[in-house]
Amino acid sequence: MPRIRFTENLQRHVACPPGEVAGGTVREVLEAYFAEGNRSTARGYVLDDQGALRKHMAIFVNGAPVMDRRLLADAVPEDGTVDVIQALSGG
Amino acid sequence: MANRFHVATRKGLFTIHRGNAGWAIERASFLGDNCTLVMHDPRPELGSEGTLYAALDHGHFGVKLHRSVDGGVAWQEIATPVYPEKPADYVPKTPPMEGQAYDWVLKLVWALSPGGSEQKGRIWCGTLPGGLFFSDDHGDSWELNRPLWDHPQRESWFGGGADYPGIHSICVNPLDPDHLTIGISCAGAWITRDCGQSWNCGGEGMRAEFMPPELAMDPNIQDPHLLVQCPAEPDALWVQHHNGIFKSTDAAGSWTEIEEAGPSTFGFAVAVHPKNPETAWFVPAVKDEQRIPADGKVVVTRTRDGGQSFDTLSKGLPQEHAYDLVFRHALDVDDSGDCLAFGSTTGSLWVSEDGGDSWETVSEHLPPIHAVRFEKGLL
Repeated sequence: MPRIRFTENLQRHVACPPGEVAGGTVREVLEAYFAEGNRSTARGYVLDDQGALRKHMAIFVNGAPVMDRRLLADAVPEDGTVDVIQALSGG
Repeated sequence: MANRFHVATRKGLFTIHRGNAGWAIERASFLGDNCTLVMHDPRPELGSEGTLYAALDHGHFGVKLHRSVDGGVAWQEIATPVYPEKPADYVPKTPPMEGQAYDWVLKLVWALSPGGSEQKGRIWCGTLPGGLFFSDDHGDSWELNRPLWDHPQRESWFGGGADYPGIHSICVNPLDPDHLTIGISCAGAWITRDCGQSWNCGGEGMRAEFMPPELAMDPNIQDPHLLVQCPAEPDALWVQHHNGIFKSTDAAGSWTEIEEAGPSTFGFAVAVHPKNPETAWFVPAVKDEQRIPADGKVVVTRTRDGGQSFDTLSKGLPQEHAYDLVFRHALDVDDSGDCLAFGSTTGSLWVSEDGGDSWETVSEHLPPIHAVRFEKGLL
């Protein structure tokens, strides 16, 4: 199953421990993670009102930045690692 | 007279208390975080002393709301207003001033107001990009006011000082909580008398130099920086506008411009006396290209005769090389009308206990100040 990790800076506001969740796209992995344990608050820290990646957040799959920030349709390999980080553009 | 107020700053929320030694910082909350607004709800529904609400803008992580029922000792994150899903085929009927349609995404909580004393749990929340939300459970959940969002004139609103239009003022008529008057940059004043079921744009009288001459008096393009209502006489409203000072005595049915007010009629903040609609305070700045105090002197201007004349109040305020700007929510007056406080972009905070005649410095070293709000009683 893909692994998912979150920036340490997010932990100050809401708990997002590393996890392993099923999913073949970034969207599927993220939604599976947020649905697990009712992490709806954490979802709002990463995704905006329309479900797109927040402007100053970034996601990498196996070290490569995702291309689709709105639908989050980039593929995630079965043994992939999804990193959710802050973009320095946000200050 | 009030003995406590709250200061929302770029790096946290500060509670100021008047003890035996005078006004001093009692507590700091959310240190390091951008606290953009604070509201004290006096209704004793959750906490016996009322409830505090704080809006945070985490930048990367978005806008959040927190609530405290013990005067700010402990805080709990509550729900954040969420814009509805934007239809995939949505195309604005009015070309956006900004050149492209904006996302239906919460950008900023720009106004918070308790509902009426009988409207248990009701809170109003004004936001960028122009949505008005309400909660009936003290912020545990929020709903967008669709009649205003779906109003055909809403699409022609545009940003003033921001990339998006925003609701920064919400005045709930204490005598009739279904009657709201809200201030929008840039869309003037909007009014509902049926608790948000229907809305209309306020009457003429405001003037916008920033528009082509034939549009300058259009009520729906005005940039009120802040709109305030006299609680004792709710038909009396004051506006600090991008182009000066305006007042209404007929519940925003019409507006009269005040053309002379001390060093400048430009500014962001305004406060009206809670019992006397003829008395209002402003913090002027050189108009809009510069936005600094005239001659480097921080002053407060006050009218006590409905804008016919103004006092320029400077006792206790810096009068040499002071470049403090006071944002729209950063001036407030307490229930008595005697105690005022205001804070600046350069982190200075002042209090007056004599209606503005003289001022005491509380701090010159706070982070940039977004908002100053007294704890007030029930109306």
